[in-house]
Amino acid sequence: MIVDLLLWPALAALLWVNRRRPLLWPLVALALLLLFNRLFTPGFFALEIRDGRLYGTLVDVLNQGSKVMLLALGMTLVIATGGVDLSVGATMAIAGAVMARLAGVSIPVALGGGLGVALLAGAWNGLLVSAFRIQPIIATLILMVAGRGVAQLVTDGQIINFEQPALVYLGNGSLLGLPFTLALVLGMFVLTALLVRRTALGLFIEAIGDNETAARFTGLPARPVKFLVYVFAGLCAGLAGLVAASNIKSADANHIGLYLELDAILAVVVGGTALTGGRFQLAGSLVGALLIQTLGTTLYARNVGADVATVPKAIVILAVCLLQSPVLRAKLAGLRRPAPAALRKEGAA
Amino acid sequence: MSAPVLVCRGLTKRFPGVVALDGVDFCARGGEVHALMGENGAGKSTLIKALTGVHPRDAGEAEVDGRPVHPRSPREAEAAGISTVYQEVNLIPDLSVAENICLGRQRTRLGFIRWGDARTRARAALARLGLELDVDRTLSECSIAIQQLVAIARATDIDARVLILDEPTSSLDAGEVAQLFTVVRRLRDQGLAIVFVSHFLDQVYALADRITVLRNGRLVGEFPVAELPRLQLVAHMMGRSVDEVEALRHRERPAAAPGEPLLSTRGLALRHAVLPLDLELRRGEVLGLGGLLGSGRTEVARLLFGLDRADAGETRLEGRPVTFHSPADAMRAGLALTPEDRKTQAILPNLTVRENLIVALQARRGLWKQIPRAEQDRLVADFTRALGIKTSGPEQLIRNLSGGNQQKVILARWLATEPRLLILDEPTRGIDVGAQADIERLLARLRDEGLAIVFICADTAELSRNSQRIAVLRDHAKVAELTGPDVNEQAVMRAIARETAA
Repeated sequence: MIVDLLLWPALAALLWVNRRRPLLWPLVALALLLLFNRLFTPGFFALEIRDGRLYGTLVDVLNQGSKVMLLALGMTLVIATGGVDLSVGATMAIAGAVMARLAGVSIPVALGGGLGVALLAGAWNGLLVSAFRIQPIIATLILMVAGRGVAQLVTDGQIINFEQPALVYLGNGSLLGLPFTLALVLGMFVLTALLVRRTALGLFIEAIGDNETAARFTGLPARPVKFLVYVFAGLCAGLAGLVAASNIKSADANHIGLYLELDAILAVVVGGTALTGGRFQLAGSLVGALLIQTLGTTLYARNVGADVATVPKAIVILAVCLLQSPVLRAKLAGLRRPAPAALRKEGAA
Repeated sequence: MSAPVLVCRGLTKRFPGVVALDGVDFCARGGEVHALMGENGAGKSTLIKALTGVHPRDAGEAEVDGRPVHPRSPREAEAAGISTVYQEVNLIPDLSVAENICLGRQRTRLGFIRWGDARTRARAALARLGLELDVDRTLSECSIAIQQLVAIARATDIDARVLILDEPTSSLDAGEVAQLFTVVRRLRDQGLAIVFVSHFLDQVYALADRITVLRNGRLVGEFPVAELPRLQLVAHMMGRSVDEVEALRHRERPAAAPGEPLLSTRGLALRHAVLPLDLELRRGEVLGLGGLLGSGRTEVARLLFGLDRADAGETRLEGRPVTFHSPADAMRAGLALTPEDRKTQAILPNLTVRENLIVALQARRGLWKQIPRAEQDRLVADFTRALGIKTSGPEQLIRNLSGGNQQKVILARWLATEPRLLILDEPTRGIDVGAQADIERLLARLRDEGLAIVFICADTAELSRNSQRIAVLRDHAKVAELTGPDVNEQAVMRAIARETAA
């Protein structure tokens, strides 16, 4: 099949390119999971083209996974500074509610309103963390708890439906035969990567996450940078919220983005960024999000009930985390004796 | 000669790319203090970590009292009779003295900790050291010296046969060092084998009975202290001949050539930290800040660099009044500070040498103007060569460098910003003689290039060797300013002592 011809060589190449990078283990897990489905889940790789658009389980994985991928981008930067943002799920609900509420006014107003309120939510978190030095887990817990209430206020406790084609397209439309959300994720990924690697933002974030005291002694703008990453996480959550609302063509304040903050944190950690901050892996977070989504879809496709699906999910995530554990890796490496002659070299211990 | 307690033969430890220990023999005898000497990176820490089970060794054997030991963790090493007190006190500041001494070994009754028993044991452990302390005090309320002694009490609470002291004195002042030594001698007389690691030659000669020298992971030799003159020891450590070392020692101190004033303070003060202070810093001059630990030297540095805000007085830069609200402000004005505590205040441990080196310059250029990679690489190459930084490459993580090389990277970080005023707070603390000599040479070169330098140093000899002018602090106030021929060790000591009497 054409999918096999494209997918497996591409995966093999990715693994080869990343063989010495932190991305390796989440990619291996993803490849194994796909291989399992190729062999044992009938129809998982089936694709068909209808009305110039690709349909199939793999496409669903990308489309459904887009929300966690978007969240994971923002979450990566927050976690890299040594923080965490628990409020992104609630922020999604607020953004979706505002968009639905303003849908009748005009499309730009609805989109701008949704994203604007998400930016405000991020700024609120950023203010609490950077200016008032509240611990991130507590600072963002406030909005996590209150956010859904805010969303309820916006919708007057109703589920607001909307029909505007542009808003429906956001979460359901296709671009060049693929889901539009995929383009959105790729666009945000490129934007984020440029932002952190073409400016000094990435270095500053990693420096602050690694040793905040030293960063301050070095004259780094620690507080503005922290503020910025929470605003950015808010923006990502806003986009994810608009996609989630568009998916169901309505704003459901109680359910949009529920528990997705936890999936996003998991995606970041599985992707190789430590919760203690410092070095971050942007691409790793996307792979982590895809892994989580593929896993969910696999279990769904194999008729594992949603109520027990959390167990196999936990097992796979545990396996990836263990593979990245320095302690376990040192033990595994200890099984293979290094060749002493090749290692001789003068230098500091 | 007393009986060997700890005997090691052919200890070997490899890290990727480095042989950190290469077939080292080592023997510590009961009732003796055995100093372990060597430059940073010579393998002292690795030897200790191999003995205490932090690093599994790749080859070689170790015995305690004739029984082979092969610890896989510090706990197993303790069980085998090897106790260690590390350079940085690793106790828990929020717990009490008694809890810290007994933590992890509390006796329990029905699963509950017997706190009365823990207190009694803690008191007994302290009494063995000849100390009387309130064991219910929170550790963080105690001075660093007391914390160090508590760590020793903890280490000797179990039946230790060997006590390893890894740089125990690096944060202590002279009186505290004397107190520590009294305790160490007492333990020695009780028959313990004591392994003492220190960079301070004076302390080694005051305390040790025997010295083992390591260099580049290999054993240079074991010597009775009486048979090893200092110069010979330094030569062994540096792998140079005695004549070469002699030449280094007798470098002349160039006469002070007073430059124009760069930064001056008038009545600069911060409550509880700095009493009104007048200082003048001139181009092409090293101003030494002397005084005992806790006399306010670091506080002055923090004020100058904008880490703290003065509540009185003024600072003038080239005659114009300035206020620094943050290190970033100070940096933009051409100031630089290498802080006292390299580990917690300076290095970004998990970032590379390159990133650590360029980060201040990048902060100065701002978030949006990234330093092009080619320029970064050039900066790293230039400074690695100029300061003699030993790394396996620019992408090595800085935490894998030795202390002296880390300090050089931090210096390079600030020199890259092309500062006009450089504040060095204890730049040679905890680094080896070779790196120390390099840093002292660099100091002189920078001064000759016209930088104004503030040099903070607890070692009065080092302070007077490198400064043209010395401001002596005591109890947060400047009590003397020494110039010209008065810049010498005795004058600094006299200045400190004179005010004590007053």
